[in-house]
Amino acid sequence: MLNKKLNELIFPQLNYEYSALEPYIDAQTMELHYSKHHQGYFTNLLNAVKDTELENKSLLEIFENISNLPVAIRNNGGGHFNHSLFWNIMSPDGKRAPSGELLKAIEKDFGSFDQFKSKFEDAAKTRFGSGWAWLSVKKDKSLCVCSSANQDNPLMDVSECKAMPILGLDVWEHAYYLKYQNRRPDYVNNFWNVADWDVIENNYKLALNSI
Amino acid sequence: MAFELPALKWAANSLEPGISAKTLEFHYGKHHQGYINNLNKLILGTAFENATLEEIIMKAEGGIFNNGAQVWNHSFYWDCIKPGGSVLPEGDFSKAINRDFGSFDVFVEKFSAACAGLFGSGWVWLAKNQNGKLEIIQESNAGNPLRQGKTPLLTCDVWEHAYYLDKQNRRPDYVLDFLKIVDWQTVANRY
Ligand SMILES: [Fe+2]
Ligand SMILES: [Fe+2]
Repeated sequence: MLNKKLNELIFPQLNYEYSALEPYIDAQTMELHYSKHHQGYFTNLLNAVKDTELENKSLLEIFENISNLPVAIRNNGGGHFNHSLFWNIMSPDGKRAPSGELLKAIEKDFGSFDQFKSKFEDAAKTRFGSGWAWLSVKKDKSLCVCSSANQDNPLMDVSECKAMPILGLDVWEHAYYLKYQNRRPDYVNNFWNVADWDVIENNYKLALNSI
Repeated sequence: MAFELPALKWAANSLEPGISAKTLEFHYGKHHQGYINNLNKLILGTAFENATLEEIIMKAEGGIFNNGAQVWNHSFYWDCIKPGGSVLPEGDFSKAINRDFGSFDVFVEKFSAACAGLFGSGWVWLAKNQNGKLEIIQESNAGNPLRQGKTPLLTCDVWEHAYYLDKQNRRPDYVLDFLKIVDWQTVANRY
């Protein structure tokens, strides 16, 4: 998706039912989040680049030059990529912990899987306002955890932790408010019950190959 | 001295159907209270331990600014609204609205657009600048026009927590309902 021209992008299918991530993420939230919020970002992105030279660029190219582009492209381009990644790294019945090369890398860079989790949870819980928490692969192939505001992501030239994201957690209030209201920490802690480490490991492999 | 949650001047269900009692229960009882609790913890042993909220808004950074401004902003927001609202009184303020926006309708249109267009969490303000001119200002997260030396007159909270239980993704519907309960008499008095 990152390398496709914007005018060839299609709105991604959800690989599971709206209710598939219950009780951790409720069906009503999934439906609104996917069919209203994400769809909105996608439509607005296409409208923002339509009939401009940008429609022949890829998301990757756009993110790397985002500081020079209209804010609508930053917001909606980020919104589209971030949500697409988010849906993919969750599943109703995936592997709930990393193994193999990714586990080794996590242990090397964070000490242990538990230490990684608490660092990631911290990033997600302390992001003030709307945003995302990320696990990404840096140019030197090390892993890093960070958070970003609104729909920014680590691929953008404005990012303070420039890297290839392999796991993202949406901490906008729309991601959890119907079920958790003000209790963002509960939503973040429960996220591990739906994170799919087969997919995240695959993202890790792809990221290493793209560096 | 520790900050405390100010009492609401109306019943939690009295803004229905625009803003539900359930939203109030969380927005006032959990979010606003949460910012107060955080602030009281954060200022302990710092230069802001005995500061006013206004001093915190003007000078603090990071967590102390975020929580301090959120305390002030929410108290101000509750004071901007009341059951049924009140009509815009004739006088200097309504003249200023006409002078700076053309008409009250144009102001409403511009304010609503600013609310719909603020990306992410934040507040939309009507404020008086240093020259006495009215301005609509979008602020992200905890932002407050006091910080730029402007006088806040009206604010609309557009954090998703302000409307998600009632309106979900439909922020413009919330803004429409918010504008029906604005206490214009209070806003005019601040001018
Ligand atoms: Fe989202
Ligand atoms: Fe709020």
